[in-house]
Amino acid sequence: MAENPDPRPEHLPQRIWESIQRDELPPPDDRGRMRLVMNNLVLHLHPSKVARPTLKFTYTWGLGGLALLLVMILAVTGVLLMFEYTPTPQTAYLDMLKLQTEVWYGQLIRNLHHWSGNLLVITVFLHLLRVFFTGGFRTPREFNWVLGLGLLLLVVAANFTGYLLPWDQLAYWAVTVGSSLLSYVPLIGEPLRNFLLGGPEVGAATLTNFYGLHVAIIPLALMGIVSFHIWRVRKDTLSIPRRLDGKIDDGGTGSTQVEKVTTLPHLVSRELVFALVMTGLILMWSVWVNAPLEAAANPDHSPNPAKAAWYFMGLQELLLHFHPVFGAIIIPTLALGALAILPYQRFDLSAEGVWFRSLKGRQMALVGAVTGLIATPALVLLDEYALDLPGLMPSLPTLISNGWIPLAALLLLLIVYYEIIKRVFKATACESRQSVFVLLVTAFVVLTVIGIAFRGEGMALMWPWEVLG
Amino acid sequence: MSDVKLPSVMDETVSRRDFLKLAWGAAGLLALVEAGGVALSFFSPRTAEGRFGGVFEVGAVDDFPPGSVTPFNAGRFYLVRMEDGGFLALYRKCTHLGCAVPWNQAEQKFICPCHASAFERDGQVLNPPAPRPLDRFLVTIVDGMVRVDTGAPIQRDRPGPADLVYA
Repeated sequence: MAENPDPRPEHLPQRIWESIQRDELPPPDDRGRMRLVMNNLVLHLHPSKVARPTLKFTYTWGLGGLALLLVMILAVTGVLLMFEYTPTPQTAYLDMLKLQTEVWYGQLIRNLHHWSGNLLVITVFLHLLRVFFTGGFRTPREFNWVLGLGLLLLVVAANFTGYLLPWDQLAYWAVTVGSSLLSYVPLIGEPLRNFLLGGPEVGAATLTNFYGLHVAIIPLALMGIVSFHIWRVRKDTLSIPRRLDGKIDDGGTGSTQVEKVTTLPHLVSRELVFALVMTGLILMWSVWVNAPLEAAANPDHSPNPAKAAWYFMGLQELLLHFHPVFGAIIIPTLALGALAILPYQRFDLSAEGVWFRSLKGRQMALVGAVTGLIATPALVLLDEYALDLPGLMPSLPTLISNGWIPLAALLLLLIVYYEIIKRVFKATACESRQSVFVLLVTAFVVLTVIGIAFRGEGMALMWPWEVLG
Repeated sequence: MSDVKLPSVMDETVSRRDFLKLAWGAAGLLALVEAGGVALSFFSPRTAEGRFGGVFEVGAVDDFPPGSVTPFNAGRFYLVRMEDGGFLALYRKCTHLGCAVPWNQAEQKFICPCHASAFERDGQVLNPPAPRPLDRFLVTIVDGMVRVDTGAPIQRDRPGPADLVYA
């Protein structure tokens, strides 16, 4: 008898199913599990096997995965919102009211979108800290750190453009203030701002521009770079968590050999559980807490105080102390530049995977945090009540008296701090850099908190209960 | 790549292949620049709509007593008449970060609600962080009527008598 010319299953439904899902389900063995990960479009984001120690939750805190989950929630809720929203000054605010009162689940979907967007800013920031403190940016992952910084900027841009869309007082003035920062860039600043706003002030053209950026341009860019970022993680794998003694942190005695396990089910099941728990928490939060909506935008009346979006409050606080070119442009550019070249510095300590590098690294990080916690409010108070640099040097332009001079003084203090950590405490360059990093991050967080909670009417310093009262 | 040695005269001329490569590259680059330009032009300022940006005829000279500050919200400016009778139109946009600066009648100065910049009646900075005086618009007086051109705000380092217009 002739050979069967068609080796496929006998029944039609089975033939259809096998044309979609090629591998046997459930996979019979490890080999099948690895093949399934490789051949599945979504699972293929992962390698087929991962190092068991990297599965430890308290190493990664699931922050990269959480960011991806939030982006997915944002995409779904964002598309839904697009059906109920028209970006014109006449309709935008009314659509917000309609979402709250007429559209079924409109408030919930808006809340989900709002809170996920805010949580995403926090998540990517924490993700950056986690990668820094575990040395996850070391060779060969230097460029992925830079890509991550780009993603951080895109997330902030997405948030900022979305901030305008409700067209309430909060939105209008936060974007007015935020975009005015741009006009301080020498030469191109003012044209760039007019270009972005579509005119000399926030108006109908601005709403159209920001809508286009928010729903198409930024999401597309984000999708492209996120894919690259994740692909790099897959290629480079995660850094292996290590204990202070350099041995692998496998929860046990500590070995020198890395055990590998199949991604399915070890990693995928953990991801699913974490995603479910986080989705549940975000959903509950969004059921209980409504996204803010103030009165409709009124270009004739700036509220007092007019604050930028909360994640810009650190920047806005800087602006109260420095000439705008420094507060808005030079200092943030210096900070971002320093972050970008960080992984390209020479390492004098092999500390990949060790939290805070070493025992000394941990102590010096603590020193940095305490210094930042004390010095930042002290400097803010000093500048607010005691020190009037432009008043002391009335003949100099404020660009120098309130820009170059205080910046040079602060940089000098930082260099002195670095040298003290290095020489007096005998720390390595890696540990000293980390200490400076902790100091600056603490300062940034403290400035943000001061801006959010301690600034009242006329941006005067106040206690939080006075600001609320 | 072939190892055939080309005649020396060919070394100095561009081969057909290189020329075509260059032409393709240049054409591609040009197409990209054109497409980019078109895309960007979609963003460019669209200010024709709305009234701000045009010329406002705000009233007769005598409608504004000396020492008065009159807001014109549609034009985004204050018409200031100094004690000596000189007219000045101040753009209400704070020179610090763009908030709308209200005139405080009680304290007789402009106080920005955003970062507490304060300005004198003539726009001079009383209190930083504002880096320069309030911008002004061109004022003309024709047949006793005051006109303000909001087309282009005029920046200045310090206010001076040249900013004032007299009837």
